[in-house]
Amino acid sequence: MQITVKVNGVSHTHDVEPRMLLVHYLRDVLNLTGTHIGCDTSQCGACTILMNGKAVKSCTVFAVQADGAEITTIEGLARDGQLHPVQEGFWEMHGLQCGYCTPGMIMTAVDLLQRIPNPSEEQIRHYLEGNLCRCTGYQNIVRAVQYAAEKMRA
Amino acid sequence: MAVTKLFGASVKRREDPRLITGRGNFTDHIKLPGTLFMALKRSPHAHARIVRIDTSKARAMPGVVAVYTGQDLVDKLAPVPCAWLVPDSDLKVPTYRALAVDKVRYVGDAVAAVVAENRYIAEDAAEAIEVEYEVLPAVVDQEKATQEGAPQLYDDVPNNIAFHWKLHAGDFDSAWNQAEVKLTRRFINHRLIPSAMEPRGALAYFNPGTGDLTIWCTSQNPHVHRLLLSAVTGIPETRIRVIATDVGGGFGSKIPMYAGEMLASAISRDLGRPIKWFESRRENYVATIHGRDHIQYVDVAATRDGKITGIRVKSYANLGAYLSTASPGVPTWLFGLMLCGAYTIPVVHVDVYGVVTNTTPTDAYRGAGRPEATYLLERVMDLLARELRMDPAEIRRKNFIPKEQFPYTTATGLQYDSGDYEATLDRALELVNYQQLRREQEELRAQGRYLGIGFSTYVEVCGLAPSAAAGAMGFQGGLWESATVRVHPSGKVSVFTGSNPHGQGEETTFAQLVADELGVPIDDVEIVHGDTEMIPFGMGTYGSRSLAVGGTAVIMATRKIKDKATKIAAHLLEVAPEDVAFENGRFFVKGAPDRAKTFQEVAGAAYLAWSMPEGVTPGLEETHFHDPINNTFPFGCHICVVEVDPDTGRVSFRKYVAVDDVGNVVNPMIVDGQVHGGIAQGLAQAVYEFAAYDESGQLLTATMMDYAIPKATMLPRFDVDRTVTPTPVNPMGAKGAGETGTIASTPAVANAIIDALSPLGIDHIDIPLTPERIWRAVQERRG
Repeated sequence: MQITVKVNGVSHTHDVEPRMLLVHYLRDVLNLTGTHIGCDTSQCGACTILMNGKAVKSCTVFAVQADGAEITTIEGLARDGQLHPVQEGFWEMHGLQCGYCTPGMIMTAVDLLQRIPNPSEEQIRHYLEGNLCRCTGYQNIVRAVQYAAEKMRA
Repeated sequence: MAVTKLFGASVKRREDPRLITGRGNFTDHIKLPGTLFMALKRSPHAHARIVRIDTSKARAMPGVVAVYTGQDLVDKLAPVPCAWLVPDSDLKVPTYRALAVDKVRYVGDAVAAVVAENRYIAEDAAEAIEVEYEVLPAVVDQEKATQEGAPQLYDDVPNNIAFHWKLHAGDFDSAWNQAEVKLTRRFINHRLIPSAMEPRGALAYFNPGTGDLTIWCTSQNPHVHRLLLSAVTGIPETRIRVIATDVGGGFGSKIPMYAGEMLASAISRDLGRPIKWFESRRENYVATIHGRDHIQYVDVAATRDGKITGIRVKSYANLGAYLSTASPGVPTWLFGLMLCGAYTIPVVHVDVYGVVTNTTPTDAYRGAGRPEATYLLERVMDLLARELRMDPAEIRRKNFIPKEQFPYTTATGLQYDSGDYEATLDRALELVNYQQLRREQEELRAQGRYLGIGFSTYVEVCGLAPSAAAGAMGFQGGLWESATVRVHPSGKVSVFTGSNPHGQGEETTFAQLVADELGVPIDDVEIVHGDTEMIPFGMGTYGSRSLAVGGTAVIMATRKIKDKATKIAAHLLEVAPEDVAFENGRFFVKGAPDRAKTFQEVAGAAYLAWSMPEGVTPGLEETHFHDPINNTFPFGCHICVVEVDPDTGRVSFRKYVAVDDVGNVVNPMIVDGQVHGGIAQGLAQAVYEFAAYDESGQLLTATMMDYAIPKATMLPRFDVDRTVTPTPVNPMGAKGAGETGTIASTPAVANAIIDALSPLGIDHIDIPLTPERIWRAVQERRG
């Protein structure tokens, strides 16, 4: 099936198998390997992207379902060499160790701050429930999101 | 060492810019033209004879290039190696084929490999392979596996006992006979799944024209994998390049040699095309190693005033169906040697039975043996305190090795380098406001609420060394580390390390060390790791060794650079080397600081080599292989405070305080992060995580839906503090911090929950302390 998808501001048209997962389309067809795969049951959230502005797990969406959609991946988050405040927060607050869950974690946090600009710690932890991290114990991820929230409000 | 700018500073991580922008170099990102994808057909049975494998349907599918069964590869691939041959234990190492031949022994045992044009076709084709099995009775419990009539996994491993290891130090019978107080217990330290967020995988390319095998793979120790791949494929080490630059977490699970990497390499050689294999999470859960899984019988002899006079442990360690690379060493040396803990226990008897069962192989998982020893000891301390009506803090204090006695030789023969155990206990008591907390506990109990306070005063062993000791323990390798420091003509520095960080941040900490030593800006220092064509032979990153061992190798190589550069600078300054001082990146004549050459000028002169001192060769590059004189022994006190609802079994975390002593700290931000993550994994063993099998050997927790990795809402905030007792073992005085949290936290949390339930007469429940287990224990007590 032919699909047209706008990814990080660039429009792409491809023929894809109906069963191809969006995450494989991004990684294998568009070579956007920043979106990671950590599980096969939609638990880990490493593959989280923004589809039409909302965080979705791209392993749970077929590429054909993204036809006509606007997608932002981790590669498209920084603008003009300027890190997004959430990316900056993860760097400043040591919100990552191995970095494998990080792209998905950042995309979910971006979605959170769009909806709740000044989240409490409890709200942050609740919102990140769909993203697993095995390295950090989440403490510095919470601080990273708080840093970004403050920066985005300023 | 001199006090310098970056040692001790929370420098932001240099690895982060690529990782936060989606530009990491993880294995599955690498693409080569003409790559075929490999999928493995795995056994759905825990124990079965392979009657027939029909691959015809798979072979006929469009896009399928080849299908291999175990029989096809018998002559092309040696068995998966075991590299820790524990001596004097009657060790038996059964044959472990990458693809099973004749028999499968656990759910997930691979029986066939398919290669196809893409991963979708490969997986479809694996489904289409038909295997006829004769299902055999299975055994998953390691204690039952040793009993008469149990199913036998191998003809040559009687009673499924692969080894019986003992360490008997002192006369336990006499300690037991004279004991004023005796304690006898059975503990289960259950099985866990490491669950690194990046599953394992490989891209192997054997170039038939050159005879070179290049393999990108998820490895904590690329040279070890190169050596083992050479051994199993017969390709010379000189013809194999292993690359593992960004690795998405390991926790021990990316140390061993596995079937997947071996098969990708052998099949690439067979077909002359690149082969990519990347496991799914379900495959990761059934076929990447698991950890822990002990059944322990403990006898403790003590005096009435709370001094332990002897301990006897018999442990059944579940090795799984085959012996993974380091598996025999984990439940033996790494467990048994640490059974004195932080205490002056004079007599220790340990017997460990390594048992094969129809389960996924086990090996080193974060802490590896030390959590199993620490949990046992810290539960014993609480049980004894309760028996004697002593405060759990005070009974620990009573048994602590006093700080005056370091270096201290334990009954098990280790020499603890340095320590001040009371200091961490006192600091932690102060941070939780202990006396006040006990009063509050009394008040809440009066209201029918159950607050609990749990301790763990642990010591652990890092940077396992020296190599001679590794040899005596049967480890088939050295435990040193290497570094090459290459100063370029511009004075910029590349450091090639044998360590292979995969989250621990050594691209930053090692650069801090080098920038300090050479007085150059940190931006002038590059850390290179994870590519066997670039780095000297290295042992890799595990066992909290990279700073203590790898970092020392870096410092020693850097000091050789300084020695040579000093000679060149002296020559340029026309004075004797003894008359030259080096500070902040400048060589200058002592007493005449204006007569100076910068580090960069000397580097340039070393490469021009127009005028070199007598006997000094051109260039500025040095290598050092560092074999430490001893291990390091971090320690500390963790205190957990919980409230338990006895009607639901629900546990709420009130406070978690960790006071660790990891010696001097190079980067506090990174060490805090290691401690947080470590506590999270250990806490999860206490209350959430459990790899569960049914009796037929099916893994019931084979997805992230069923295996309870903690989510952000499931963890409390950790309050982290430190005392500093430097180690004399290395020039930094640093001990290691990768595993302290995991080792310390499981018993701290378990002890807190049991303490909360103590008014109900509960003194032990086996972990994980899930609401169901707590509820059942409470119901039993309430009748």
